[in-house]
Amino acid sequence: MSVASQRRRMAFARFSAGFRHDRAGMTGVAILAVFVATAILAPILIPESALDVTKATGGRLESPSWSNPLGTDESGRSMLLLLAWGTRISLTVGLAATIISVVIGTLFGIMAGHFRGLGGHALVGVTDWFLVIPFLPLAIVLATVLGPSTMNLIIVIGITSWAGTARLIRAQTLSIEGRPYLERSRALGAGNWHQMSRHVLPNVFPLVLANTTLTVAIVILSETTLSFLGLGDPLAPSWGALLDRAFSSGAVSSGAWWYVLPPGICVVLVVLAFTLIGRATERIVDPGRAS
Amino acid sequence: MLRAVVTLVFVVIFNFFLFRMLPGDPIGLYTRGRNQDAEQLLELRRALNKPLLEQFLTYMRNPFDQAIDSTRFSRPVWEMIGERVWPTILLLGTAILVASIIGIWIGIRAGWKPGSRFDRMSTGVTLMLYSMPEFWLGMMLLIVFSVGAFGIPGFFPVGGMSTPGVDTSTPIGWLNVLWHLVLPCSTLILIYLADYALVMRASLIDERKQEYLTLARAKGLRDAVVRKRHAVPNALLPTITLIFLSLGFVVTGAITVETVFSWPGLGLLTYEALRGPDIPLLQAIFLMFSIAVIVANLIAELLYVVFDPRVRS
Repeated sequence: MSVASQRRRMAFARFSAGFRHDRAGMTGVAILAVFVATAILAPILIPESALDVTKATGGRLESPSWSNPLGTDESGRSMLLLLAWGTRISLTVGLAATIISVVIGTLFGIMAGHFRGLGGHALVGVTDWFLVIPFLPLAIVLATVLGPSTMNLIIVIGITSWAGTARLIRAQTLSIEGRPYLERSRALGAGNWHQMSRHVLPNVFPLVLANTTLTVAIVILSETTLSFLGLGDPLAPSWGALLDRAFSSGAVSSGAWWYVLPPGICVVLVVLAFTLIGRATERIVDPGRAS
Repeated sequence: MLRAVVTLVFVVIFNFFLFRMLPGDPIGLYTRGRNQDAEQLLELRRALNKPLLEQFLTYMRNPFDQAIDSTRFSRPVWEMIGERVWPTILLLGTAILVASIIGIWIGIRAGWKPGSRFDRMSTGVTLMLYSMPEFWLGMMLLIVFSVGAFGIPGFFPVGGMSTPGVDTSTPIGWLNVLWHLVLPCSTLILIYLADYALVMRASLIDERKQEYLTLARAKGLRDAVVRKRHAVPNALLPTITLIFLSLGFVVTGAITVETVFSWPGLGLLTYEALRGPDIPLLQAIFLMFSIAVIVANLIAELLYVVFDPRVRS
């Protein structure tokens, strides 16, 4: 075990050394650090009353000024403070949904690659079905059935976005299944669980890692889209929910760009950051595939 | 072909059971947030009280039944969908066509010389566009070019497909529709071309490693000829199939962008059904979009068989 953990530590050190030389990847990390800090510090620096409609200090849809650097929303709350709280909600939903998606995807991928016969075929069939069915219509019907809340939003995104991961992991599992050390462990009497958890999982793990960062990017975009359509918690000011309110309160037709521009820029920056990190990770762990 | 049919059958089964899996009051779900008179409620209760198997068989026999009524608009759902298909096809068709031409052109220029200035710039811009929620881009275009902000006078209409009162069957009417099409279509073009350009670029970079290109160069062919005659045709195939495979992604854009621009297509209908929520209409729309995507997947597979002799054997 100590040999294995030592080797893992060395692999990690090699990875982080490689990552530090990747300019695009490090840019992504820097952008992300700012947002994570905002998300963590938001409740400490900003009192929750800033989100309360009845305690709002500004006027309706005020343009940016010294007291409200990013203007106000339709009920007079400061956009800057709403945006900071939104960071917290959007990132939380993004990470939670990603965890669900990656866990289901990895599990399905490894099992679909490991088990032959009817069970394996069934798993591949389910994965293919989720790959083909258009994401947003599926998410819309699921979210309608479950009802609007942050928890349901996380569940809906999690179970609609794992199929890509599963396909990727299955392909990798299939290539590992043919290697001699698995044959050896089978010959020594290793069970399915031992083979999958001790031999397959550690080998697909770098790929899972690279895939996870790319999944977060897609998941955050999905969260924004679904919240914009009113399928999230109407009271939680995630970036998508802010855009939803901007749209339904007529901020567009009154030209209130300060209500629309900032949430979108936040989404673009965070998604871009995760994409840059994901592509950099891919370049390091899987140099053949990356472009 | 068989797989497409099986996938579709599962969509129909899923569609039926999803809305019946829930604990609680189905009538409440169907009528949430609406007043219904006693007669309608009675009718709904009678329909929902039939044995599950009987309901299921009725639905399976004909999911496109004209008798399925929208609970919000009290009209046959498929009639409503029929009216909304053409605006969506016009919007998406134009957007996909223009986006694939521009996207592929960018992808070729960037992928042929990876690392060049054009490549670094275009990859930066496409990654940025790729990270954008399409409806947000639409809202920003609306604010800038339709309402007018940052000193730009608003020129384009705020939404809809034509100005009320204009006859869309005359040439003047077509111009009016075109004028309304510009902003929603540009939004979708910008978002889609990012995807197509990234795929084309990656595909061409893959192709550059192939040995036949070295041979083509060794024959003394000019760089442009090697690119046009040898590399691009081979790199195009995966890109074009991916354009068909990405219809699911295209549908997402259609729903939100049509909502922002009140474009009277299937996307806006989805949003209207969602606000109800109008369950029968949502079910029908889900089925409709799934069929479209499954058919597009089938076309992608057929294209591969037609254009790639390696698959045929």
